[in-house]
Amino acid sequence: MTLLVARNMTGGYGEADILHGVDLTVAPGQVVVVIGPNGAGKSTAMKAVAGLVRLRAGSVTLEGADITNCAAEGMVARGLAYVPQERNVFPSLTVEENLLMGAYARPAAAREGIGRAFALFPDLVAKRRIAAGSLSGGQRQMVALARALMLTPRLLLLDEPTAGLSPKLCALIFDKVRAIAAAGIAVLMVEQNARPALAIADRGVVLTMGRNRAEDSGAALLANPEIGHLFLGGAAPDEADAA
Amino acid sequence: MLELVNFYLIPGLVLGAIYALAAAGLSLAYGVLRFAHFAHGDLMTWGAYAALVAVGALGISAWVALPLAVLATIPVALAADRAFYGPLRRAQPAVLLISSFGVALMIRAVVYFVWGPTPQAYARGFTPPLVFEGMRIQQRHLMILAGAALAAFAAHLLLSRTRAGRAMRAMADDPDLARVTGVPVEGVIRLAWAVSAGLAAIAGVFLAIDTQLTPNLGFNILLAAFAAAILGGIGRPWGAALGGLLLGVAEEMSTYPLLGGAPLLEPAYKTGVAFALLVLVLIFRPQGLFRGMG
Repeated sequence: MTLLVARNMTGGYGEADILHGVDLTVAPGQVVVVIGPNGAGKSTAMKAVAGLVRLRAGSVTLEGADITNCAAEGMVARGLAYVPQERNVFPSLTVEENLLMGAYARPAAAREGIGRAFALFPDLVAKRRIAAGSLSGGQRQMVALARALMLTPRLLLLDEPTAGLSPKLCALIFDKVRAIAAAGIAVLMVEQNARPALAIADRGVVLTMGRNRAEDSGAALLANPEIGHLFLGGAAPDEADAA
Repeated sequence: MLELVNFYLIPGLVLGAIYALAAAGLSLAYGVLRFAHFAHGDLMTWGAYAALVAVGALGISAWVALPLAVLATIPVALAADRAFYGPLRRAQPAVLLISSFGVALMIRAVVYFVWGPTPQAYARGFTPPLVFEGMRIQQRHLMILAGAALAAFAAHLLLSRTRAGRAMRAMADDPDLARVTGVPVEGVIRLAWAVSAGLAAIAGVFLAIDTQLTPNLGFNILLAAFAAAILGGIGRPWGAALGGLLLGVAEEMSTYPLLGGAPLLEPAYKTGVAFALLVLVLIFRPQGLFRGMG
């Protein structure tokens, strides 16, 4: 059964719609990457799934249950965790307290969750008593990911998890995303670093102007010359080498 | 030197402790709710009069009546939230601030109506001060200092060690992130009101023990409490408490006859010290005195 089915998502902030009928589907354990130019509605689509943007039309179902326009604060308990692009940690709380917040809906699972978080991100162990606000960008992203994973969601929504990170850190984050998916947690993520993101994706979705433009496997989108030209900053590197 | 301690430092610490409790509650409400709660002073007044009722009806001392005052003040804050602040949750902070001013006037009107404008006291008579090696301290001052320390410590434990306290701090950091993390926002807001109102009631009773009950009791120190909260970095209860202590001591010390017998500042002007400090802090350290100091 498909894990997430979002159909015809239409809505935005206030009067103006940003999404004009966006469809997204994610199967269990899949990594689905959403790419597209600025203003395409990528982040808005993620927020709509997470319950932070109200949909005027369309539907969102998670494991068959209708979650359209459900309150954002109830999503964690339904198995959906969301990591916003910016401001994704509680800066005055310590790393450990940030992780505990991730288990707020089920405190009994906190201890086990922290064990798993430190196994996935061993760098955080030494920082556990440090305020998250004083960490580097990469470390904050790790805290944000670890917090979202505390209750082992079925679906993890990531809004540009590598924004502002060095190429080395980007590679690390993408490795972690693969590891998360391998553990059975599906990932739906928006990325500006389209090439490396599609390289680890099972599926890729291209949005423009609040509509679906294309959808295919990650590899097929990378190999598609038109997509490469329009959205990936020119031809694929190997084609460029051949030319 | 003893004169400095007995007549300036100790009263300054006592005033500071009361400011600290008031400012900590104010700061907590600001952190979680994101607006300056102008009815905080009148919640203090309400708590003080609630204790007076308990003192009169049960024949207990104001100290023993303290928990009853807290219990009587929390519902007032929750009711105000239910009736006024809740429906305005998404409004601009200025709208909420003005509405809290309205709530302040309503509470004060009830106090005037029920208890009248005449100043009252919990108890009559004179208790001799305690004397240690020439250091004199009023018993009530000792109790206020101990009580304030205890209340501050309890608030600290609540905020730092409990799940609900963590949720309040998370809300103060980033309400949207708290929401997507699964924090039941409205429940946390109610808890923040309860703690804020409880601290207000304690501050109010202490202030009334040290002075006397009047319908303007809390309102009179509201601006000083705001100054203390801003001094400590608004939204940070510990900073606010430290700011309160600092302000209380600064106010009392400013009247010390440092140079040849005349007070440094006429006592009538001493409340101005709080605001002079506030303006200086806003100009030179607008993030508060203690930000970035752990």
